[in-house]
Amino acid sequence: MNFMASKQPENSLLGPESDSQRTLYPYVTGTSVVALKYKDGILMAADMGGSYGSTLRYKNVERMKAIGKHSLLGASGEISDFQEILRYLDELILYDNMWDDGNSLGPKEVHNYLTRVMYNRRNKFNPLWNSLVLGGIKNGQKYLGTVSMIGVNFEDNHVATGFGNHLARPILRQEWHENLSFEDGVRLLEKCMRVLLYRDRSAINKLQIAKITEEGMTISQPYSLKTYWEFSAFENPTQGAVGSW
Amino acid sequence: MFRNQYDTDVTTWSPAGRLFQVEYAMEAVKQGSAAIGLRSKTHIVLGCVNKANSELSSHQKKIFKVDDHIGVAIAGLTADGRVLSRYMRNECINYSFTYESPLPVGRLVVQLADKAQVCTQRSWKRPYGVGLLVAGLDESGAHLYYNCPSGNYFEYQAFAIGSRSQAAKTYLERRFESFTDASRDDLVKDALMAIRETLQGETLKSSVCTIAVVGVGEPFHILDQATVQQMIDAFEIVGEQEGPAAAAGQEASAEPEAEQGGAAAGEGVAPMDI
Repeated sequence: MNFMASKQPENSLLGPESDSQRTLYPYVTGTSVVALKYKDGILMAADMGGSYGSTLRYKNVERMKAIGKHSLLGASGEISDFQEILRYLDELILYDNMWDDGNSLGPKEVHNYLTRVMYNRRNKFNPLWNSLVLGGIKNGQKYLGTVSMIGVNFEDNHVATGFGNHLARPILRQEWHENLSFEDGVRLLEKCMRVLLYRDRSAINKLQIAKITEEGMTISQPYSLKTYWEFSAFENPTQGAVGSW
Repeated sequence: MFRNQYDTDVTTWSPAGRLFQVEYAMEAVKQGSAAIGLRSKTHIVLGCVNKANSELSSHQKKIFKVDDHIGVAIAGLTADGRVLSRYMRNECINYSFTYESPLPVGRLVVQLADKAQVCTQRSWKRPYGVGLLVAGLDESGAHLYYNCPSGNYFEYQAFAIGSRSQAAKTYLERRFESFTDASRDDLVKDALMAIRETLQGETLKSSVCTIAVVGVGEPFHILDQATVQQMIDAFEIVGEQEGPAAAAGQEASAEPEAEQGGAAAGEGVAPMDI
């Protein structure tokens, strides 16, 4: 009696892939990552939140990690997929180290490797649900790039993921310049993160800032930003509103 | 080396601990026409002698571009060399595609050596009968490697392989200390001189040799015949006059006129047939 159309594709027609599922939607997600090039290297900021849908469920998620000697990876999107990517990169760096020669994979190479991985998964309709930011410095050359879950990749002087693209990039376009000092870079990132905190509902007020220079990578202890809620516009938000809502 | 009961296949050791088939493969390299390589801090030059079978035929290709930053010169079974060049090109292009960065030559050479080693440990294979001089640049500078059929590889400042290569090696041994800081053009001149040594009296002209260069800011390319002939003419003028042999003390000079040619062709070092 096959007049009821089955929602699932028939297992036998799928062959070896019949029992696996394709990624349909993310479960535990991280929000924006923002990064910029400064005088000595790259600065990157991300909050420590892992949302479960609309619930701000996990508050101690480190979304930025060092990769090898020269790179720093930040991720937004599905946290478990980020962990999977870290495993791929761990293996990549391991094999790179095992050559034990004077060569090592720099941020450009890692970025392109990630682009290949993300694009290949996208082609199989089984994406790693992340937007990645890859920054680093090698032999004095600074590098900052991003890859999306569909494999779109590019480099720039400042990049962001998710809401960061809409809220942080415009600020960076106005205020970023070459050879920012460390303090200025941090100040600029905090400005961006504060806007995100006010306006992105999946942001939490607990962030880390990571920096990578020729000397290596350091990541700050989690801290929170000062916020101000006494703006008169917030006091009576509907005062000037027109309409029934 | 004489025929013995331990040389039938590569998977048989001799009581003295030798693998004769591998050694015979290295003989094949010695039979091929000469190839030489030399490097400075920033450039590597590869050269080879091209002898066509007859006037009617063209000569075999012995120098291959593997990537913009790597090239290889071969001696021995050129068919094996061609196949290995294809493998090297493939490895380079795959690495470039994945990492958008050139494959470090040191890693390519190890992969090549591992590939050759496999053929020394399978009863259904034979070792590659070709020696490769791999010239390439990576982060740490200019490199010249020699890969043998045995699966070994060595890094060199300068080297020569193939028939009558001993004459070239002797020339290179006299001059190698000046190579590190030599200019690109001087390096090419030294390569031409080394090739002339292997020709044993025959005139050196661009139709019998091929030269290729790779360096910082200069992708691997084979020099065209006219350029090579120009360079030969530039130093050969003085070459016939047998100036005091260009011994180790001689500075490599940039002006052709001041060039004291190496031991004039046909004189000095007798070839040692290995």
